[in-house]
Amino acid sequence: MTTVGNSVKGRTSGVPKRRPGRSLAATVRQTLEGWGFVAPASVIVVGLSIFPAGWAFVLSLQHWNGFSQPEFAGVSNYAGVITDSEFWDAVVHTAVYVVLFVPLSVFAGMILAVALNRKIRFIGLYRTLIFVPFVVSAATTGVLTNYLFDTQFGIVNHVLNVLGLPAQGWLTDQKQAMVVIVIMSLWGSAAFTTVIYLAALQDIPAELVEAATIDGANRVQTFWLVVLPQLKSVSTFLVIWQLVQAIQLFDLVYTTTRGVRSMRPRRSSTTCGTPLSSSWTSATGRPSPTCCSASRS
Amino acid sequence: MSTTVQAGLRAHDGEATRRRKRRLPFSGWHFLLLPLAILFAIPLLQMFLASLSPAAELLRFPPPFVPSHLTLSGYQSLFQQSNILLWLGNTLIVSATSIVSNMILCSFAGYGFARLKFRGRNVLFVAIVGTIMIPTQVLMIPTYLLFSRLGLINSLGAAIVPWLATAFGIFLMRQFFLSIPAELEEAGLIDGCSRLHVFIRIVLPLAKPALATLAIFTLLGAWNDLVWPLIAINNANAFTLQLGIANFQGVHRTDWSLLMAGNVIATLPSSSSSPLLRSSSSPRCPSRG
Repeated sequence: MTTVGNSVKGRTSGVPKRRPGRSLAATVRQTLEGWGFVAPASVIVVGLSIFPAGWAFVLSLQHWNGFSQPEFAGVSNYAGVITDSEFWDAVVHTAVYVVLFVPLSVFAGMILAVALNRKIRFIGLYRTLIFVPFVVSAATTGVLTNYLFDTQFGIVNHVLNVLGLPAQGWLTDQKQAMVVIVIMSLWGSAAFTTVIYLAALQDIPAELVEAATIDGANRVQTFWLVVLPQLKSVSTFLVIWQLVQAIQLFDLVYTTTRGVRSMRPRRSSTTCGTPLSSSWTSATGRPSPTCCSASRS
Repeated sequence: MSTTVQAGLRAHDGEATRRRKRRLPFSGWHFLLLPLAILFAIPLLQMFLASLSPAAELLRFPPPFVPSHLTLSGYQSLFQQSNILLWLGNTLIVSATSIVSNMILCSFAGYGFARLKFRGRNVLFVAIVGTIMIPTQVLMIPTYLLFSRLGLINSLGAAIVPWLATAFGIFLMRQFFLSIPAELEEAGLIDGCSRLHVFIRIVLPLAKPALATLAIFTLLGAWNDLVWPLIAINNANAFTLQLGIANFQGVHRTDWSLLMAGNVIATLPSSSSSPLLRSSSSPRCPSRG
C-alpha cells in the first residue's frame, strides 16, 4: 500500500520539478516542511532521553557533589560501584527478578491468550477480569500488596491458616519479598503479554489450523506444530520487551517496601532521590526490598 | 493419496465422536478460566471491600473476607485527613494536558515521519524509537538537573513536560498514517491545498481510532506515573494522586479503610478505560520506556 502511494506521489510531484533551480528550492522547502512537522515532538523526546543519557555519561566520569566545581575522575566512580557490595546485592536482586518474571509473564500470557481465544460463554467477563489489573498503578499495587500479604492481618496468611499451612513472613522475609513482588508484577502485567498473544493468535490464518486438523493432527499436535511456530516472532518481541521492563523495576519495590521501611530507621539515601556525588551509582544501583533491609539491619 | 484422504476422514470422524461422547453442558476451558479470573479479581475486590469496611474490623485476626456492614467512614476520613481533592485535581491537570499535547504533537510528528520526505528523517526516526530502550534510571539525575535549571522542580510542570510527547506516540501515529492510502492526500495536493491543510482536513479525521488508542495509553501512563514525580516533586501542593497515595501509606499505615478508599478513587478513572483498551486495535506498549 505504502509503496504504491509513494510511487504515485513521485510521479505527480516530480514532473514539474525537473529543472535544477526549482528542485533545490523544492528540496529546501520540503526539508523545512518535514522538520516543521516533526520538530516539536522530537525536541521533547530527544531532549528528555538522548540528551540526558549523554549528560549522565559525562557526569559518571566526574567527581561532583552538585555544588562545587566538577572534577574529572575517569573511571573511579565505576570502580567505586564495582567494589560496592550493596551494588552487587542490587544486581543479584534484579537478576532474580528478571529470571523469575520474564519467563513467567511470557508463559502466562501465552496460556491466558490461548484460553481467552475461544467463543464460549462469559468470555467477555473473563477477559475484563484478567485485563483490569493492568490499569492499576504501582502505588496502588504497593498498598494492596502490603494489605494482602500483611503477616498479621493479611488475607493470604489467613488462607494459608485455613488450609492448615504455617503463616509466612512475605515482605518482611528477605527470601520471600522478591517472590511477592514477582507475583504482584505478574498480576498487574499478565494482561499485556496476553493482549499481544491474543492479537497474534487471531492473526493466524484459520486455513492453517484447518489443514492440520484434516491431516489428522490432534489438538495438542496442532498447537505445537502449527500455532506455536507462528507465535515465534511475537514471543521474541515479548521476551525482549519484558526484559527491558524487568531490568528497570523500581516503582513496585518502592511502594511495597515503604510500609515495611517505616517501621525501621530510614536510610536517607535509599533510592534515586537526590544524592548526586556519583550519578552512575544511583542511576544503576536499584534498591530492592531485601537490599534495603539487609543494609539497615 | 487416497489413503491420506481416508485417514483424514477417519480422524475427522474420530474427533466428532469424541466430542459427542464427552460433551459437557459447557466448555472445558471454564475449568481453567474461572479460577484464574477469580484469582485476578480478588485483590481489587478486596480493595473495594476494605474501603467500605469499618476501620477496626480490618485489624482483627482472622481478617473477614466480607465486612460485617458497609460504611463510608473510610472515604469520610480520607477527605478529612488528606488533600485528596487537590491531588486529584493535580492529576487531572497533568493527564489532560498530556493527552491533548500528545495527540497534537505525536500526530504531527507521526505524519511527518510517515509521509514527508526530508533530510535526516530516517536517522531522527531511528533515534526516537531507540530512546524507548534507554532505562529510566539513567535519565533521572540529568533530567532532574535539567528541570531544576528550567525552574520546573516542585511544580506540576515537572510531571507534565515528560508527557508532552512520547516516542511511543510518534511510533504509533506513524504506523497508522502509513496504513492509510496516500491517494486521498494526493487528490487534495493536486487541488492546490497545502500539506498542513491536507493533514488537518483530510488525514486527521481518518485518524480517530489511532488517536483514541494514543489517548488511552497516555491517560494510563500519565495518571499512573509515580517514579518521576516522586523525584521531581517534593512540594505537597503539587502532589499528584499517585504521589499522595504512596506518601500517606507511610503515615496511615494501618488505617486500611482510608488507604483503600484513596486507592479506589485513584483506580476508578483509569479502570473505566479498560473496556476501551480491550477493543483498541494496537495495544503495543504499556508505558513510557
